Amino acid sequence: MIPKAFKRSLWVFHVNSGSCNGCDIEIVAALTPRYDVERFGIKLVGSPRHADVIAFTGPVTKDMEEKVKRVIAQAPEPKVIVVVGACGIGGGVFHESYHLSGPIDKLIPDAKFFYVPGCPPRPEAIIQAFAKAWEYLEEVEKK
Amino acid sequence: MAHEYELSIGPIHPALKEPIMIRVKVEGEEIVDVDVIASQNHRGIEWLGMNRNNAIQSIYLAERVCGICNFCHPSCLVMAVEEIADIEVPERAQYIRVIQGELERIHSHLLWAGVAAHELGFDTLLHYVWMVREKVMDVLELVNGNRVTKSIIMYGGVRRDIKEEHVEHIRKMLDYYRNAFSKLAKFFLEDKTMEKRTREIGILTERDAIELAAVGPTARASGIKKDVRQDFPYFAYPDFDIHAITPDELTGYTVGDVYDRIVVRLLEVKQSIDIIEEALNEMPSGEIIAEKKLVKLMAKIKASEGEAVARYEAPRGEDIHYVKLKKGFEPLYSWKVRAPTYINILSWRPMLVGYQIADIPIIAASIDPCMSCTNRIAVVKDGKERIFTSDYFHELSVKKTRRLMK
Repeated sequence: MIPKAFKRSLWVFHVNSGSCNGCDIEIVAALTPRYDVERFGIKLVGSPRHADVIAFTGPVTKDMEEKVKRVIAQAPEPKVIVVVGACGIGGGVFHESYHLSGPIDKLIPDAKFFYVPGCPPRPEAIIQAFAKAWEYLEEVEKK
Repeated sequence: MAHEYELSIGPIHPALKEPIMIRVKVEGEEIVDVDVIASQNHRGIEWLGMNRNNAIQSIYLAERVCGICNFCHPSCLVMAVEEIADIEVPERAQYIRVIQGELERIHSHLLWAGVAAHELGFDTLLHYVWMVREKVMDVLELVNGNRVTKSIIMYGGVRRDIKEEHVEHIRKMLDYYRNAFSKLAKFFLEDKTMEKRTREIGILTERDAIELAAVGPTARASGIKKDVRQDFPYFAYPDFDIHAITPDELTGYTVGDVYDRIVVRLLEVKQSIDIIEEALNEMPSGEIIAEKKLVKLMAKIKASEGEAVARYEAPRGEDIHYVKLKKGFEPLYSWKVRAPTYINILSWRPMLVGYQIADIPIIAASIDPCMSCTNRIAVVKDGKERIFTSDYFHELSVKKTRRLMK
């Protein structure tokens, strides 16, 4: 898989929609030397318009709903949303809160999602999700 | 004549890891006014905590107030409940709690140092610091079974012991950090670029810090000697000789700028190393939890009544939890969290005004803000928003004092 994958590098935009930071620091840990996803060409970028993948954390609070939708709409197609952490997938420990409008897959039903369960997931699991996103995007490209 | 412009930064912005909105008024490059708009991260944790099935479940919720300081929030809650329910914590458990707390401080301060380097555009240093940080993450994983949220604390003690085979690894880690410290100090304190970007930038005077009630490293960097571990020791901290660290210990004088905040945090990492070492040497043997049977523990909490306030020196400053328990009521009857950033965020204004737009990221990062701890919601009643002024609160306070005097 890796030699093929080197043909393209994924650019990632990180969106925090109200998570507890646990997943966010694990995403940064995945980028830094121990796990070092940059060796695969995976890189954090500063604008959703440059991104292939949105790394998404948090259960989407009501305040963030519109903003998150707007940011994700700005990313060019084909795009993939990697949802990191249990609260992004189904609300997690915050599931019954009065101030949530998530989870994200309810808000944007037609996007392609990859889920990384865990509270927070390990950096290895996050890397695996990116590898899956990679395979998917390559398949889309072939068609 | 110069024109004033308003810049809105956030809530989603590459320089901010968390959702928060900062509105800055600028005149040319100079910042004239600052406003912070929070609430994007509000999840209603206090309400959730009061609606869980029982008080034990709320511990795991408290851990997720903030994923970075995931030991201090549950500790603070647990201390408050222990005070109400009158639970005696075994000595060994208190020592383990101290070690856990200090391990968390090391990881949190290193994390911050990396982020600060990133905000200055010094990404090499970010990567170096985060590589160094992985050592403490390894120890956390070894001792607790998870890297970030550890679920280690329980009413009346801790859930996992620090075993003999762990001690050896922890000692190795301490040696590693002692060696890494001089290198880190060289990068952060002696590097010319670092000094130019942080010296005399974002000054918070001692007076401002006192008036805005700043806490933690932000207050200490302005020369205020306050630290809950020193002033109101909890856990096994009375056994240790802890003093509040101010930057003049290293540099000889206090300015209260970003550089001083770096100095304080670096020295605190060193202090944490010493505390862990001492705790490992002095750790008594014995039980690690007062009540092993959870059903019995739950019954005890259900039968207690009262209220308590607990204070904890989190890596970012003083954390306060208020808890009220009611007899026959299984979950927490009332729970209020006051996280350190909630207070420290106020100091952004005096720090930012008068400096340049380019200094915003590093000044904002210098208080080590934690939005997920901070966000509150405004009360909107009958579709009308009410703004509570300090005069209104003062009036309320005066009324209450009069009521109590009767």
